[in-house]
Amino acid sequence: MRRFGTLLLLPLIGLLSGCDFVVLAPAGDIAAQQRDLLVVSTGLMLIIIIPVMALTVFFAWRYRQSNTSATYAPDWDHSTKLELLIWAAPLLIIICLGALTWLGTHLLDPYRRIDRIEAGQPVTQEHKPIRVEVVALDWKWLFIYPDLGIAAVNELAAPVNQPIDFRITSSAVMNSFYIPALAGQIYAMPGMETKLHAVINRPGTYTGFSANYSGAGFSGMRFAFHGFSPEAFDQWVAQARSGGTTLSRDVYLALEQPSENEPVRRFASVDPDLYNAILNMCVERGKMCMNEMMSIDAKGGLGLAGVRNTLPLEYDKFARRGAVFGPDPAYVASICTAEEAAAAARAARGNQSDWVLKDLSPLRGAGLLRPGVASLRAEAAMPSASQRPL
Amino acid sequence: MSDSLTKFIFGRLSWESLPLHEPIVVATFAVVALGGVALLAALTYFRLWGYLWREWFTSVDHKKIGIMYMVLGLVMLLRGFSDAIMMRLQQAIAFNGSEGYLNAHHYDQIFTAHGVIMIFFVAMPFVTGLMNYVVPLQIGARDVSFPFLNNFSFWMTVGGAVLVMMSLFVGEFARTGWLAYPPLSNIGYSPDVGVDYYIWALQVAGVGTTLSGINLICTIVKMRAPGMTMMRMPVFTWTSLCTNVLIVASFPVLTAVLAMLGLDRYVGTNFFTNDFGGNPMMYVNLIWIWGHPEVYILILPLFGVFSEVTSTFSGKRLFGYTSMVYATVVITILSYLVWLHHFFTMGSGASVNSFFGITTMIISIPTGAKIFNWLFTMYRGRIRFELPMMWTVAFMLTFVVGGMTGVLLAVPPADFVLHNSLFLIAHFHNVIIGGVLFGLFAGIAYWWPKAFGFKLDPFWGKVSFWCWVVGFWLAFMPLYVLGLMGVTRRMRVFDDPSLQIWFVIAAVGAVLIAAGIAAFLIQIFVSIRRREALTDPTGDPWDGRTLEWSTSSPPPAYNFAFTPVVRDNDAWWDMKKAGYKRPLSGYKPIHMPSNTGTGVVLAAFSVALGFGLIWYMWWLAALSFVCLIATAIGHTFNYHRDFHIPATEVEQTEEARTALLAAQG
Amino acid sequence: MATTAGAEPVFHLKDEHEHAEGGSTMLGFWIYLMSDCLIFAMLFAAYGVLGGNYAAGPGPKDLFDLPLVAINTTMLLLSSITYGFAMLTMDKGRIAATQAWLAVTGLFGLAFLGIELYEFAHMIHEGATPQRSAFLSAFFTLVGTHGLHVTFGIIWLVTLMVQVGRRGLIEANRRRLMCLSMFWHFLDVIWIGVFTFVYLMGMLR
Repeated sequence: MRRFGTLLLLPLIGLLSGCDFVVLAPAGDIAAQQRDLLVVSTGLMLIIIIPVMALTVFFAWRYRQSNTSATYAPDWDHSTKLELLIWAAPLLIIICLGALTWLGTHLLDPYRRIDRIEAGQPVTQEHKPIRVEVVALDWKWLFIYPDLGIAAVNELAAPVNQPIDFRITSSAVMNSFYIPALAGQIYAMPGMETKLHAVINRPGTYTGFSANYSGAGFSGMRFAFHGFSPEAFDQWVAQARSGGTTLSRDVYLALEQPSENEPVRRFASVDPDLYNAILNMCVERGKMCMNEMMSIDAKGGLGLAGVRNTLPLEYDKFARRGAVFGPDPAYVASICTAEEAAAAARAARGNQSDWVLKDLSPLRGAGLLRPGVASLRAEAAMPSASQRPL
Repeated sequence: MSDSLTKFIFGRLSWESLPLHEPIVVATFAVVALGGVALLAALTYFRLWGYLWREWFTSVDHKKIGIMYMVLGLVMLLRGFSDAIMMRLQQAIAFNGSEGYLNAHHYDQIFTAHGVIMIFFVAMPFVTGLMNYVVPLQIGARDVSFPFLNNFSFWMTVGGAVLVMMSLFVGEFARTGWLAYPPLSNIGYSPDVGVDYYIWALQVAGVGTTLSGINLICTIVKMRAPGMTMMRMPVFTWTSLCTNVLIVASFPVLTAVLAMLGLDRYVGTNFFTNDFGGNPMMYVNLIWIWGHPEVYILILPLFGVFSEVTSTFSGKRLFGYTSMVYATVVITILSYLVWLHHFFTMGSGASVNSFFGITTMIISIPTGAKIFNWLFTMYRGRIRFELPMMWTVAFMLTFVVGGMTGVLLAVPPADFVLHNSLFLIAHFHNVIIGGVLFGLFAGIAYWWPKAFGFKLDPFWGKVSFWCWVVGFWLAFMPLYVLGLMGVTRRMRVFDDPSLQIWFVIAAVGAVLIAAGIAAFLIQIFVSIRRREALTDPTGDPWDGRTLEWSTSSPPPAYNFAFTPVVRDNDAWWDMKKAGYKRPLSGYKPIHMPSNTGTGVVLAAFSVALGFGLIWYMWWLAALSFVCLIATAIGHTFNYHRDFHIPATEVEQTEEARTALLAAQG
Repeated sequence: MATTAGAEPVFHLKDEHEHAEGGSTMLGFWIYLMSDCLIFAMLFAAYGVLGGNYAAGPGPKDLFDLPLVAINTTMLLLSSITYGFAMLTMDKGRIAATQAWLAVTGLFGLAFLGIELYEFAHMIHEGATPQRSAFLSAFFTLVGTHGLHVTFGIIWLVTLMVQVGRRGLIEANRRRLMCLSMFWHFLDVIWIGVFTFVYLMGMLR
């Protein structure tokens, strides 16, 4: 009974303490909806869990050996009705939960653009999303605002009640981009891009961090996320712009070096092609970009002529060692200049600053294209294969 | 000696490889070395080497191998738990600017080693040991299908454990987390020996696990006593069968994926690299295709234990045997369809995520049915609350909570906020401790008298039980709470002081668990001291229901003087009710396999091979590989692998038992 | 509950046959082969995922020499047939003939390995090393693992020839020959997968 008591006490302890249950009381609408799903699912399961626990305790007590007044039926081992019940009861719960999961997963797909700022307030023409490109570095975060032309290390800010459109990648190893107050996490992976759409509803300063272990400096890979009023946000942007430093490729290559517990840094301007180069792992000049390589591969490679198109790696942030039986570290040389590669990448991605309001008519079945927004839906549901993980 | 010669002989190994700068490791080494020397001295003084070698190390008797597996699991539990308590301590003090007492280099090894050891070298040996000991007895067989292979499998598992233990004092272990995701585990980001230790320890142990899986499948399929149809097999045998099918159908995946990772690290191939077309996400997918079945490999046999225990101690037939069996089979199959739920956050589409989320939830249906079956087995029973039954009730109350949080994590949007958080840690410890470990303790207390002829001391058992149960809730409920506060796993230092109290509570829980482990060891010690008082001459101390209780405790080398004939799924219960009389004459010589030291030798060469590869001592690797192959071939030239126990010896053994039983009246 | 009406229930075997030694060997070996098959399945899967990632290097069309691979395939298929003949002569109890057919099988196996090594050497000489691209890593690992299996098969085959020579076609040796037979044919089946999936479909890619 002691165990059971401990369990009952738990929510009480939680209520009593002044702790910040950020997952249960987030400040962003997406996280709030995820919390709702969490709470509803727990409730659904408790329908069956509580009776089971109660029955366990009751049967254990009632049919104890010393209680000779209880019925003893040593050969009773089957009852079709009961068996039907014990399979059907969990089945029913799982059917409900499964339906909830299907809907919730599609509605809260991080790749899907949000259609409401909060309950009862749909996204309108005024809510042009703010775009943020996120790069997980060893061991710090870089945030680039492509529309504003600024960037910051270990500091992220966004105006409240405005959709945020994150594009996320990593420079070297896997991390996970997570601001519990804002929305659920998504992995940051090298050479790949993941997306997250979210909105912050309450002004304040929240914590963000990497939720996937990435090496020695992992614990210090934390940043502040500011939800600002529009005025305060403009101020923050102006402050960053006044700083004066530029995030060029060379500055990035220095920044990329492993370091721990980095202080906040801001950049007044950013090389516009930098994020694409990071994503395609070709910040170093002369290195073939991933997208270039993939389009070449899609056409069947470069044949035997391309076999020796590799150059020894001179620069490497980890002074990387090659495998003992392998050749020295090398990279595939680009067959076009960095500028050509960047231009090609821009063309491939299209002009993303054109923002078209999403059709807000209710979702009628996942995967069905609606007239008029077919291209947008297709884009939202199926980003180009090169960027979408397996 | 010239530099190049040193390099040739020692490869990467040098004085710097020894962690002399880590005082904690040095102190541990001193303790282990002193303890080891004392142990070796004692063995030599009491002249036990010959006995151990002849009677245990080279034994092909499934019972002795089973017991050796349990000893291995227990030793490694102490190591794995030391890691756990070091982590708890670090996390409890690393606040307010304190760095704690562990640097990142050490801490990152500790959580990796904790995971690897607890899964591969604690849970797996315990589970395999239990199956090895019990299954042949339950099906009325005299040994497993391939007794030599059984011995070899055990020593390969030991070999893997030896490599992991070596990494503590020679070099270092992986700093990648227990699944060693690339790119972090690739040579570029982990150039040291840690990941190589990881790879070769798991490869060596993996060979053993796969072969033991094949062995037990064959045993169950081919060697059942006459009359024991599939649907008359005891539930523990059923769950063992399913577990071994899972082992055989999943460990090769681990072997393949680790081989590819190894090639990336040694040869410079590009399976999981960032550039040259490699794909690290493939590793994550492949390793979880092994990893998810693995958790069912661990839990299924314990579901079997709980079934046996509930039925025996309720004095009642198991409720819903058929649905129990089908539930097990359904879980076995479904466990292959859920691997993606370990990385919903990788950004697969919503449809893929919901598919894997829903298949995961579906597993909870057969699992729920099992819980109900145990519940209705207790219903209208006469429950004796001996230790195994106490563990079972604690399991039922604990495991349902873990199951619930598991289903919660299977809802992808909920997983987005809880993935990799301490909530997840709490969840899987809830099912692994609440399910696997509680089950193991139930199983150990249940079958101990069978293995040794005396019961375990109930007082210290209860002390251990309450320490474990209360300690578990104290240690892991705070982690659930912390998970809901958005605290992620594998953190070494914290900056929010309000979290500290929860980590302190968790650390107190861990200390209670330590007391539980200590009480368990004391229990074993006390029981051995009091074995006369605790003795069970009947061979059937719990009024058992399955065949293992029909023979003596401990069973003779040949298990059964006469192969039993089975009419019911509670075969021994049926025999007792039908007035079974032990046959007292007509003994025949019994055909048995002979002991052999080949398994030990092969495993030793495998360890040397692994060590050579880890430290780039190519001569050692090549030499031990050649010796390995030569020994294996040499073994096949031995055609005399069996002998007969003469009928007179069988008669003597059985008559001794007759006398013992008669003395009981 | 099963009850036999009337007669005294029988609870143990009075007249027990000894378990035939190695009664489970065929089943056990078959299960082992399935687990080995799973390793190949993983390597095939890796090749399926990475097979198109040439890293701007050469692809299958630039590298594979289909006529050579066809000869190679023929060698392995013929070795399977000759192994079959070895099993037929084993059934008739003819030791020398069995050994002869085993030797022929081994020679075909060696020819297969020789051609495969030549192919590998040629590719590496051209610069298409396993390290050049993920496609080549997956290719060399899949085909190389198969080749390694054939190598061990040949070592085993020679061992069995010696053992048959020493002890004749006794029960234990027959059982071992049966196991190797399964192993050898299994490698043949895997090779057919490799030939189709890697070489033929590679040329079509």
